[in-house]
Amino acid sequence: MKDPAATTLLEVRGLHATVNGVPILKGLDLTVRAGEVHAIMGPNGSGKSTFSKVLAGHPAYEVTGGEVLFEGRNLFELEADARARAGVFLAFQYPVEIPGVTNSAFLRLAYNAKAAAEGREELDPLEFDDLVREKAKLVEMDPSFLDRSVNDGFSGGEKKRNEILQMAILEPKLAILDETDSGLDIDALRIVAGGVNALSSPARAIVMITHYQRLLNYIVPDHVHVMADGRILKSGDRSLALELEARGYDWVTGAREAA
Amino acid sequence: MVAIPLPALGSQALPPVPGAAAAAGLAEVVEAARAAAGRLPVPTPHDEAWRFTDLSPLARQPWQVDSGAAPTLDAARLAPLELDEAADARLVFVDGRFAPVLSSTAALPSGVRVGALAAMLADGGPAVREHLGRHAAFDVDFFSAVNTARLGEGAAVVCARGVQVPGAVHLLFLSTGRSAPLAIQPRVLVVAGEGSELTVVEEYASLGDSMVFTNAVTECVVEPGATLRHVRLQRENAVSFHVGRCAVSVARDARYRSVAVDIGARLSRLDHAVTLAGEGAEVTRDGLALLDARQHADSHTLLDHAKPHGTSRQLHKCVCDGGSHAVFNGRILVRPDAQRTDSSQQSRALLLSARAQVNAKPQLEIHADDVKAAHGATVGQLDADERFYLASRGLPADQARRLLTYAFAAEVIERIPVRSLVGRLAAQVMARSGL
Repeated sequence: MKDPAATTLLEVRGLHATVNGVPILKGLDLTVRAGEVHAIMGPNGSGKSTFSKVLAGHPAYEVTGGEVLFEGRNLFELEADARARAGVFLAFQYPVEIPGVTNSAFLRLAYNAKAAAEGREELDPLEFDDLVREKAKLVEMDPSFLDRSVNDGFSGGEKKRNEILQMAILEPKLAILDETDSGLDIDALRIVAGGVNALSSPARAIVMITHYQRLLNYIVPDHVHVMADGRILKSGDRSLALELEARGYDWVTGAREAA
Repeated sequence: MVAIPLPALGSQALPPVPGAAAAAGLAEVVEAARAAAGRLPVPTPHDEAWRFTDLSPLARQPWQVDSGAAPTLDAARLAPLELDEAADARLVFVDGRFAPVLSSTAALPSGVRVGALAAMLADGGPAVREHLGRHAAFDVDFFSAVNTARLGEGAAVVCARGVQVPGAVHLLFLSTGRSAPLAIQPRVLVVAGEGSELTVVEEYASLGDSMVFTNAVTECVVEPGATLRHVRLQRENAVSFHVGRCAVSVARDARYRSVAVDIGARLSRLDHAVTLAGEGAEVTRDGLALLDARQHADSHTLLDHAKPHGTSRQLHKCVCDGGSHAVFNGRILVRPDAQRTDSSQQSRALLLSARAQVNAKPQLEIHADDVKAAHGATVGQLDADERFYLASRGLPADQARRLLTYAFAAEVIERIPVRSLVGRLAAQVMARSGL
């Protein structure tokens, strides 16, 4: 805990959610303060990705109980697009390809939607081009990717870099990275993590969702949580991740059964 | 000025149209077409080919046949329609009549002749007389018969053997609404000589908001080894009617690449028939109908593989919003001779409202045994994952919807081989979508 007095950005209390009527989240609690980096780990099917999509407002997920406050405000009062403009960002595990929409046009529309909501000046294509080229350097992205359709034909690594570029453009208060390390080779992982680290700030919180400890070597968390069966079973510091790697998830999930 | 009911448009004795072709040795063709126009009934939904398209609003309306005004236009109204690629390679027709002062063919290389039909019949060489009226069958089709019976104004483009024409030739048919309701009968002939290469943009647009009935017939001849790129753009106003017939003959080892876009008109119908008449002919035929409100657009295509080793590729997309209705009938005919044909047809429709509808039908008739023929058809709504992705980046739902709609249409628009037209259409679609 860097600073217990820092602003609480996200307060999750007793969150329950279902997909197609199947309960996935079963009483999840989490508190995230500005400037903190959290890692949520857990075995497949534990509900990690569902949690990220519920926060981002995916329409297929139904919240059936509990509450989530973002900067003290009920997050579920906002539609997905309003959450994004309010500063919630989800880096997708599987970024969506949108043939026919150029990456630069997409990024500019996103930037301007947020700028308009904040009463800032919107950028025309030329002004935005300067900004986006600068930000693209952060993830070592070739400017030619800006002229291509969004994620269309991008490799796994290129898609993930594009997610972080979007984060850089939108400058969210809360960034949720859903399995951002999946499918990345070591070079791509280094670049993506470098981008995320460059974007960390005392005003911004990052929640990483990951199956593997590997990512945490590159983006060092302040808090590590272990999730299983729709709730957080154990929380600790960085050492918890190392212990998990050594002992496996059974160590936590089994411990719960014993309890 | 007398208004004439639709059934009599081609058969009734009328004063000769400007540039009448009868004197130029096509009297027999015109006479036969007039007889056909008198004999053939206006199609109704009882005809299989018109099942989904009811012409009664068109048939009810009596039509003027001549605006009676000089074919002129304020140059400022023309400027936004000009194409960079076709500067000084443009013929403009206003309310059905050739407008020489708005037209220029100064940029064209020698070896390509572009002009009004009358002039081209007089001195455009034998190709005009040889092909005009020989490809669009008027003996079985009311609208072709009417157009041919009133043969007069129109454009001919004749490209000599081996000539490569840079840029594009722009044939622009405008209606002003000065004299309404007006029926016009544009006629286009394009001959791409052996080994030549040519791009033609055929565009129909309204400048006013009065009712017009455009009955257009186009014939294209692509001689051996030639490449013809053909863009057909229909964006008439929302109270007008548009019927188009386009008959194309593609010879041995020749390539015909076409994109047809229907954005306008209250009711439009295009029959586009392409015959792969020589071995190794290659055809791409892409189409887009972008409809809203009460618009109705019907597109019937025929890719007729008559000879072996032909290739055809087709992508047809419909976007229907409001209470609009799109019809696509994509017929692929592989004749017994046409062994080793390779054909593929994709039809995709996007329905943006619960009241919009589409009738899309692939129609494969394969009479040869060594043939590759793939086809697929989908009708759907906007992809939920794509919408969520855009929402998660802060784009309001209506903006995301418009952007994705544009993206769907862009796949066809991007295939137009004239960059400035791609840009203009993209801007129009975006503007229409309010982006």
